[in-house]
Amino acid sequence: MMKIEVLGTGCAKCKSLAKNVEKAVAEAGVEAEIVKVESLQEIMNRGVMMTPALFIDGEAVAVGRAPSVAEIKGMLKR
Amino acid sequence: MLGKEDERKEEGCLCASGDLLFLACAGGSNVGQISNQAAVELAKEGRGKLFCLAGIGAHIDAMIVAAREIKLVAIDGCPVQCAKKILDHAGLPAALAVVVTDLGIEKSPRLEVEAADCERVVERIKEGLRG
Repeated sequence: MMKIEVLGTGCAKCKSLAKNVEKAVAEAGVEAEIVKVESLQEIMNRGVMMTPALFIDGEAVAVGRAPSVAEIKGMLKR
Repeated sequence: MLGKEDERKEEGCLCASGDLLFLACAGGSNVGQISNQAAVELAKEGRGKLFCLAGIGAHIDAMIVAAREIKLVAIDGCPVQCAKKILDHAGLPAALAVVVTDLGIEKSPRLEVEAADCERVVERIKEGLRG
């Protein structure tokens, strides 16, 4: 199963990314575990210096911005 | 006094702001240290974000992905231009590249940073960003 991680400390942009991810997963019909990483320490230890960030199966696919639902769906297909 | 960047970190947020990243060589000479201090000053003024050149050199994927989205400023101490070359190797061309010795500041093994030298570099970068 695909693992999708949303990294962000909980500001508006991070929440928007989490919502977009949930919507994209539902629309794409993929089976995925969505994990929210909110610990600043953990986020920085992953090499993320700008949030929000999106990781799919351990790989960074977007950092410092919140991709749209359509863009996330494209990322899920790769 | 806390700069804008520090205030955001105090609030526990790394939310991306602005559209500039400063990457300094931070090398082992006076001009290398000046490059880093200039980047720190610019970030504290809220002109952009101080970013980890070492992370780019190490090909940390989260850092490469972040740097692809934003305009990059390479700040090098000397003509060897390690910062600019690291960015080039990673396929991340700098929008602006500044070399401290080009401003007439001589390279030496001393590590002290003169505030006036740092200020000149900061002003040169601001000028480059305006132009």
